[in-house]
Amino acid sequence: MPAISFQNVSKTYTTAGRHVRALDGVSFDIEPGEFFGLLGPNGAGKTTLISILAGLSAASGGKVLVHGHDVVTDYAAARRSLGIVPQELVFDPFFSVRETLVIQSGYFGVRNNGAWIDELLAGLGLADKAHANMRQLSGGMKRRVLVAQALVHRPPVIVLDEPTAGVDVELRQTLWQFVARLNKEGHTVLLTTHYLEEAEALCGRIAMLKQGRIVALDRTTALLAGTASTMLRFKLDAPLPAALAARARVTGRIVQLKAHDAAEVEQVLAALRDAGLKPEDLEIGRADLEDVFLDIMQSESGGAR
Amino acid sequence: MSSHGLFAGTRTLLYKEMLRFWKVSFQTVAAPVLTAVLYLLIFGHVLEDHVKVYEDVGYTSFLIPGLVMMGVLQNAFANSSSSLIQSKITGNLVFLLVSPLSHWAWFTAYVGASVVRGVVVGAGVLAVTMWFAPLPLVEPAWVFAFAVVGAAMMGALGLLAGLWAEKFDQIAAFQNFIVMPMTFLSGVFYSVKSLPGFWQGVSHLNPFFYMIDGFRRGFFGASDVSPWTSLAVAGGGLVVVCALCLHLLRIGYKIRH
Repeated sequence: MPAISFQNVSKTYTTAGRHVRALDGVSFDIEPGEFFGLLGPNGAGKTTLISILAGLSAASGGKVLVHGHDVVTDYAAARRSLGIVPQELVFDPFFSVRETLVIQSGYFGVRNNGAWIDELLAGLGLADKAHANMRQLSGGMKRRVLVAQALVHRPPVIVLDEPTAGVDVELRQTLWQFVARLNKEGHTVLLTTHYLEEAEALCGRIAMLKQGRIVALDRTTALLAGTASTMLRFKLDAPLPAALAARARVTGRIVQLKAHDAAEVEQVLAALRDAGLKPEDLEIGRADLEDVFLDIMQSESGGAR
Repeated sequence: MSSHGLFAGTRTLLYKEMLRFWKVSFQTVAAPVLTAVLYLLIFGHVLEDHVKVYEDVGYTSFLIPGLVMMGVLQNAFANSSSSLIQSKITGNLVFLLVSPLSHWAWFTAYVGASVVRGVVVGAGVLAVTMWFAPLPLVEPAWVFAFAVVGAAMMGALGLLAGLWAEKFDQIAAFQNFIVMPMTFLSGVFYSVKSLPGFWQGVSHLNPFFYMIDGFRRGFFGASDVSPWTSLAVAGGGLVVVCALCLHLLRIGYKIRH
């Protein structure tokens, strides 16, 4: 039985007199123990899909099951299996960190949960903040509490909706070590992120959403293998020749160009030489997930692969 | 989840809602008690020798149960409405929305905590004001019944307001333009029998009148209408508000999209 099963999920709503189709027949399963990545640009429907899974929002069509429990008709069992880390940095200013966790635990009917709460606090580097009021915590610390809240009832499935948006490197490392450990212990993890290197490093399988539809769904290694395998990266102070500029990805001085084989690499270098340009720090590497992502998002067809 | 677990969830939410107001008890309990004492001192001083409602009952004595009930009703409303709107606006309602708690659990906990706050404030007002004038307690069962039914109705009404409102202004409007006038015009400060016929009729359309009249009956053994009539009106109002509340919670009105 899949840990999460999205079955032909659609969501439409009307805003400012405009009919919006946020999700359009999304179907895929996530197996128990997977570390699954859900990627897509802003507005692709990732958070809408997570909201339907969490019961924050109702689907217009289709259904979602968590360990076989329908999130609408059998919501209590479904929600007990889920630990959701919301995207927004929200907190209840009336309570301390420990009170927050004891209360969240109680909502799920779990009492006398002190030992696990202590373990969560230690694992997330919050032990010395246990009695601090939520208002006194920095943004990063509040984010850690959100993760602890999601895990406090020991859910088998953990959903992280862009948990590292705007957090520092140290927290990101702590968080991923902790989540990777949970995944090794058998928890299923569904992650949405904008940091593609994180998804590449952590997720065994990835789905990409575009305009409410799944446009790619495969093992991360297969997605990487399926794209142009070579990327040419260099730094350049002058503008690129027009022919190269059209297909290059330029970030400040850094230029990245896709090349299918050695002959194509040679053509690029020749074009640069002919234009009198001298690339610095030239390197040839394998395409990463960002390249795959941009490839898929820019493709006109947008068909599933 | 076992039935024990379900109950534990409801109990936790009830505890959280009570802890929330208790942590700021200076504002949620002490302040309304002080306000009631000020009303008693000012109105009692001005009107003690001018108004007589029941035989052998001075105006200050008459005023005390009204002020106690006003404290119960206004604070029961304030508890559920302010808690829900704060959680909606700050976004921390999500912690409750992702939990397995049913609409019954939400209802029981929010209304239960409102009853507790209303009764705590009412007891506080009573404890402080009872020293200012003689106060009999002829039929205590009515005191208890109307305090609980009134607080529950206002707690549920606060929950409705909290569900409906999208900003603090709307809760304040609900409080200032509906709850406050209905409480003030319900006979807290006077017996509706002292009003002209037309206004007596209007007062009888105000459900708050029955709650305060019935509550006062418990102290003096005298009331403007039969306490059974008052209990029927207050109880009927409670059932209607609770049914609407449970329905809106079940469909996730303005909280699930």
